[in-house]
Amino acid sequence: MKIDTRHSGGVTILEPKGKITIGVGDVALRDAVGEALEAGSRNILVNLGGVTTIDSSGIGELVSAYTTVSNRGGKLKLYNLPDKVTDILQITQLISVFEVFEVEDEAVASFSA
Amino acid sequence: MPVQSSQVRISIGSRFEHIDLIQIVVDDALARLGLDEDSRHWVGIAVREGVANAIKHGNRQDPDKEVEVELAIEDDHAVIRIEDSGEGFDPSQVEDPLAPENLLKPNGRGIFYMKSFMDDIQYSQRPGGGTVVTLRKRIGDKGSGRGPAPRRNQET
Repeated sequence: MKIDTRHSGGVTILEPKGKITIGVGDVALRDAVGEALEAGSRNILVNLGGVTTIDSSGIGELVSAYTTVSNRGGKLKLYNLPDKVTDILQITQLISVFEVFEVEDEAVASFSA
Repeated sequence: MPVQSSQVRISIGSRFEHIDLIQIVVDDALARLGLDEDSRHWVGIAVREGVANAIKHGNRQDPDKEVEVELAIEDDHAVIRIEDSGEGFDPSQVEDPLAPENLLKPNGRGIFYMKSFMDDIQYSQRPGGGTVVTLRKRIGDKGSGRGPAPRRNQET
């Protein structure tokens, strides 16, 4: 699992690729969100388009990231979800927790709204 | 236990990095049985959860303790048994991850995943100590390509 980080319009965009699963991807996501917060970012957007598998630990890490960023006064949002990730968010009912967007421009603009 | 020709049996040390190996073997076996890619994805996720639980909660990540995974064909079902050497647990005590007070908890969704993606899940005690989780998935229709069960329920 690999996570690229870039910036657009005052938003930190994290792009995980591969599996967000126990023992590997979940830790990488936690570290990437932690580094973004340490760097002062409070607007964090996660592009899930490159994620092939997300297990319950991966979902747990997304939830942790969401609450950690919220507790720091920031926002964490998701975009570009593969169908299987959407399925997971629906069955876990977390689709109602996260703000989810289809495309990056719309997602980035939402932080300024 | 002797391995019959219709069975695959794998033992791994209790390390999370071994989960990929189990998923690859199970996926290959189910592909040979004709299960479609979508169905194999969800079965693979359920198997990952079962093995992760066996490693984490059963064997407490002791690399010297093994997790045994057996894939067998019984009637028109793929049956996957995952065994650990832990102290066992009562699945009825696991909290509902969909309850509002649990929704934002980072843990506690593993069994829910397995129930969602498989046709049946049963827990039993291993004779020498430990837990056996048995996952069943119908393969008689060669897979329907359908999504997870709860999503189907939402649509009805």
